[in-house]
Amino acid sequence: MTQRKRPSSTQSSSQRRHTGNLVAQDEDDDVAFTQPSTSQVQRGLEKLTPAQVDQKTAEVVQYFLVKDQKKMPVRRADLVKHVVKDYRNIYPEILKRAARTFDQVFGLKLVEIDPKNKMYILVNNLETPDKASPIRSPSNPKMGLLLAILSVIFMKGGVVRENLIWNTLKKLRVDPGEKHEEFGDVRKMVTDEFVRQRYLEYVRIPHTEPIEHEFRWGQRADAEVSKAKILEFMGELHEQDPKTWTQQYREAHSLPNSSQASTSSSSSSQR
Amino acid sequence: MASRSSSSTAAGGSDSPQKPTKTKRTRRKTRKARAVGDMSRQMGESHRRFLQTMMVSGVIDEQAAKALYQYCCETHHTQYAPDKLEDFIDIINSRLQPMFMQIRKGMSEDNGLQYYALVNMAETDITRMSSDYADNELELFRKTMDLIVCSENGKASSTDILNSTDSMTTRKMKKSETEHLLSRLVHDKWLSEKRGEYTLSTRCIIEMEPYIRTMYQDHVKVCHICRNIAFQCQICENPTCGIKIHNPCVARYFKGKSEPRCPSCDDFWPHEIPEVKRPHSQSRR
Repeated sequence: MTQRKRPSSTQSSSQRRHTGNLVAQDEDDDVAFTQPSTSQVQRGLEKLTPAQVDQKTAEVVQYFLVKDQKKMPVRRADLVKHVVKDYRNIYPEILKRAARTFDQVFGLKLVEIDPKNKMYILVNNLETPDKASPIRSPSNPKMGLLLAILSVIFMKGGVVRENLIWNTLKKLRVDPGEKHEEFGDVRKMVTDEFVRQRYLEYVRIPHTEPIEHEFRWGQRADAEVSKAKILEFMGELHEQDPKTWTQQYREAHSLPNSSQASTSSSSSSQR
Repeated sequence: MASRSSSSTAAGGSDSPQKPTKTKRTRRKTRKARAVGDMSRQMGESHRRFLQTMMVSGVIDEQAAKALYQYCCETHHTQYAPDKLEDFIDIINSRLQPMFMQIRKGMSEDNGLQYYALVNMAETDITRMSSDYADNELELFRKTMDLIVCSENGKASSTDILNSTDSMTTRKMKKSETEHLLSRLVHDKWLSEKRGEYTLSTRCIIEMEPYIRTMYQDHVKVCHICRNIAFQCQICENPTCGIKIHNPCVARYFKGKSEPRCPSCDDFWPHEIPEVKRPHSQSRR
């Protein structure tokens, strides 16, 4: 990341005086970050020009976009340490403005996926269009395969043993044991790439010999993928009414999208 | 007439009829006032979808951009006027500006077509790539750029690039590492490769144009016809003239002319005149 200009020394020292009771005085790695109160944020804002706040918001937005390009979640600790820095006393305001920018400019939603560790991802807020885009996207085949995996997991109640997924892929002529023409190392893509991106969870089943894992939906899938749409597709595939899968139908239609984790609430993802 | 320079620019606004007495500043203000005040020029879902696609694709050709524009408007039931793509992009750019991002337009030196690229305006150096490449990889990219800019034909052979690793000041790269890096750079659309020779990609030229103009001001060639920086070009053989013209600009300028003559010194233009290439779009048809 580039070196950003710090605010003038007089300003930062007055800020430090105010933030002294919130954070450690030295710019340490393991600064314990306490959320500033509304009045503290208000006081902090009064000491800064609108241009300064806008600039800092823009830096936060850029940081997120770079991380999100690789589908890596952003940790609040890293965000504060590397970008927010001396503006940490108005952190909630900056994050609020960044979220507004993501929504209004990019059609993205800032979602908190881990309330304990304070991690964020950007999720697509635009509705899935009926017609396909005229632009060929390189990620499309991977998404197709991922969707197949997510469908299997969802239809089977939310958790499946890994063998079921490997067998499903084999049926789709994507053998995890062989190097695939399009996907390369299939096993790595599914158990590493999709997991790091938070599309899937790949968890070891205890007391299994040889070691076995199970797959679940990841937090990004929860936020981005519509269970209702999966059920709809299943209905078309099997020429059945989606309602015939009563359990899945209930799950797909019980949660309105707004109840998914957002920046203000700290709800954990529903299963 | 236009208030922007003719080098690769942000997709310019429409040319509406102007009273001759208006200054450049009031013209810009009028356009901006229109953009801000007029509700129909607010950023909508169609703009966001266009931007998201640009973020994923990085660079698209003009035909694809037009198809995408139409698709975005139709998907979100927004009024669509085929000749208003530049206005549409202007709205997006006005909201991207605070983040030092822009959708910019530029010409491909290979096929002469116009391309749109989403670029980072903040960096004045190649540090924009620093989140993806290690220090020594960036050094090798700089060396490759040196070779390309200073070459006559705008190309660098893989042999020359490999040889340049000898003079690296950061951690030296092995042959296999260099080859792997080059294929990454091609994949990430910084370089193009044909028959073992590397050129700067269209996206690279669009994004790095200000940097290249500054860094290489003594060496960089400028096309006499379109005024943009030029790498793959033809040069007038007259020693007192020596103007440069992009290959596609040569094709267009001399099209149909039985006896091609230098537009600057009128000497006979001795080079082979390429054919004007027909559009072959990235969009699905």
